[in-house]
Amino acid sequence: MTEIDLRDLLSGPEADPAGRAGYTGHPERVGFFTDTSVCIGCKACEVACKEWNAIPEDGLSLTGMSYDNTQGLGGSTWRHVAFIEQSAVTRAPAPPEPAGAVTPGAEVPHPDGRTELRWLMSSDVCKHCTHAACLDVCPTGSLFRTEFGTVVVQEDICNGCGYCVPACPYGVIEQRPSDGRAFKCTMCYDRLGEGMEPACAKACPTDSIQFGPLDELRERAAGRVEQLREAGVTDARLYGEDPEDGVGGDGAFFLLLDEPEVYGLPPDPVVTTRDLPRMWTHAGVAALSLLGGIATAFLSSPAARRGAGTARTGVFGRGLGR
Amino acid sequence: MTDSDVTKDGVRGERAGREATPAGPGPGGTSAERSGPAAGKTDRKRRRGKRRGEEPMVPRAEFGSYYGRPVIKAPGWKATDIAGYFFAGGLAGAGSVLAAGAQLSGRPTTAKAMKLSSLAAVTASTAALIHDLGRPERFANMLRVFKPTSPMSVGSWLLAAYGPAAGAAAVLETTGRLPRINTAATGTAALLGPVVAAYTAVLAADTAVPAWHEAHRELPYLFVSSATAAASGMALVTAPVRENAPARRAALLAAAGEAAAVRLKRRRLGMIAETYERGKAGKLMRAAELLTAGGALGAAVLGRRYRSGAAVSGLALLAGSACTRFGVFHAGIASAEDPAYTVVPQRERRERRAAEAAARVAGGADGDSGARDGQDGQHG
Ligand code: SF4
Ligand code: SF4
Repeated sequence: MTEIDLRDLLSGPEADPAGRAGYTGHPERVGFFTDTSVCIGCKACEVACKEWNAIPEDGLSLTGMSYDNTQGLGGSTWRHVAFIEQSAVTRAPAPPEPAGAVTPGAEVPHPDGRTELRWLMSSDVCKHCTHAACLDVCPTGSLFRTEFGTVVVQEDICNGCGYCVPACPYGVIEQRPSDGRAFKCTMCYDRLGEGMEPACAKACPTDSIQFGPLDELRERAAGRVEQLREAGVTDARLYGEDPEDGVGGDGAFFLLLDEPEVYGLPPDPVVTTRDLPRMWTHAGVAALSLLGGIATAFLSSPAARRGAGTARTGVFGRGLGR
Repeated sequence: MTDSDVTKDGVRGERAGREATPAGPGPGGTSAERSGPAAGKTDRKRRRGKRRGEEPMVPRAEFGSYYGRPVIKAPGWKATDIAGYFFAGGLAGAGSVLAAGAQLSGRPTTAKAMKLSSLAAVTASTAALIHDLGRPERFANMLRVFKPTSPMSVGSWLLAAYGPAAGAAAVLETTGRLPRINTAATGTAALLGPVVAAYTAVLAADTAVPAWHEAHRELPYLFVSSATAAASGMALVTAPVRENAPARRAALLAAAGEAAAVRLKRRRLGMIAETYERGKAGKLMRAAELLTAGGALGAAVLGRRYRSGAAVSGLALLAGSACTRFGVFHAGIASAEDPAYTVVPQRERRERRAAEAAARVAGGADGDSGARDGQDGQHG
């Protein structure tokens, strides 16, 4: 756990995150492919996750914003089903909206020119990033890379410093208000060890959540996008599958039917530690300029010359052996 | 994430309404009008940025978000703990350098006062950190590993080395014993002090919080300037007039450095700069500018002759430094809570990259490194 791996500073493609974390002969890297085009918003994944991982309740009141009352991932919500309600679906010459029917401004292009409400549903989860900022910045080693290439928090080591929370470019990990420690999806580490698939994937009735070796999932996903595009769903796109992206690719990636931000996902996430070497360099230069600046203030002050005689007899002068 | 928050958010009207605002139809499509406060703000800012010529390309005004909810999670840190930690750490660190300089140049009162203030400040900052963690043993837990990729870990080790040095310097100075060890401690604290003052900038910048991360080049300079302002303010408050010449100069340098860092940052941040100009952060940053500049000028004009003038200027400098730290803190929180600051700059970056890639393909040049630089430039 105490490995000092400076290579973790790097971003960019990384074929074998588990191997780099020191595992030898480890199993294949696994992941989730969440195909939102078949999600029916049944929330079976949310419930299965809660049950299997014994996650406490995190609020039962209604939000009024949509059918989504969990609102987002958090310390006690490791799978979250987003419900995006889009209305007045039009492209190009937009017919005038029926008065009072919908909020103006919610135009959405759609290939088939539908003009009714449409639902986009998507089950969000920790991305198990190839370069995971949460893991990189954790000062205690509580977050670690598993032999499956996933990212897990150890609750008995977490210090509750909360540094991982703003570090995650996806807003996934969160401190549980009741105890201050950080929690997030473990991709059911305990089940993986037993050769079982994670609870959410197991529970998903439409196979919207697919679990398996990451390479295989990437192939399958590419095929699915192709298929949808051919069927005229031109908005279909993959999100997080690209090993060249800012986090080195996600261990959990998605097929989306609209821009990522519509689902509450960042359009171009970057592992925060990518810029760390430069940050430390600037901090070093800044520290030196502080030292130099104050030295200048002493050297250029007339009193310094006046007091120079005293300096030699001062404690510091003697101590320096002058 | 709790239910009550939700309700409150809804009441506060942060949410755009019942609909998740979808993204625009892609390049060349119609620009969909956005509902909700975040979107409106973005539009306004855009126009301003354009007029000032701050952004070379005109970004698209629209962006989508999921019911106006934040994309990243704001840190759960309390302002008094973490902004207070930044302030106290800076005061301690820069104070140790002033103490060493004062000792070296025969200004005993300043040396002693600054050593004591550094001890008090580093104690306060450790207390703030522990308060933030919740339990004292959790600080010890911080030292269980050393991780260069974690500024929090580096900082904990730094504090563990700097704190005892600063403490020994203060105690030995007061008791007048063990002069050699005092000297060694004073020197160690003076060398580690600047790092203590600067590393907190990395601590803030190494997050996905837009106002902090995107300012990672300027923040260290802003932080050391602010630390110098605080320490020279403390020296002006505690030391006699005949000893305060270096503190006055340091205050002027600090004020100039801070003003420069703030301006550079504003120029480079694009729309994210508005998080430093609006709301609580805006008020604090403006107050910081006035207090720091006023304090430095006051010290230069009055501090040379009048004890009271020096003291008042010193207090203004201390207050200015505190305002800077709290301003930076609140700007970060504001930038994390509004999805616009995460989404819009990232979209722009993605589009610029796509445009560059397209241009490169068209040009057929070997511009691979160029694309990488471009990406870094936008990011950093
Ligand atoms: S999505 Fe966030 S919490 Fe999950 S591995 Fe990546 S950085 Fe960590
Ligand atoms: S809150 Fe816990 S897991 Fe997160 S960075 Fe701190 S110690 Fe690590």
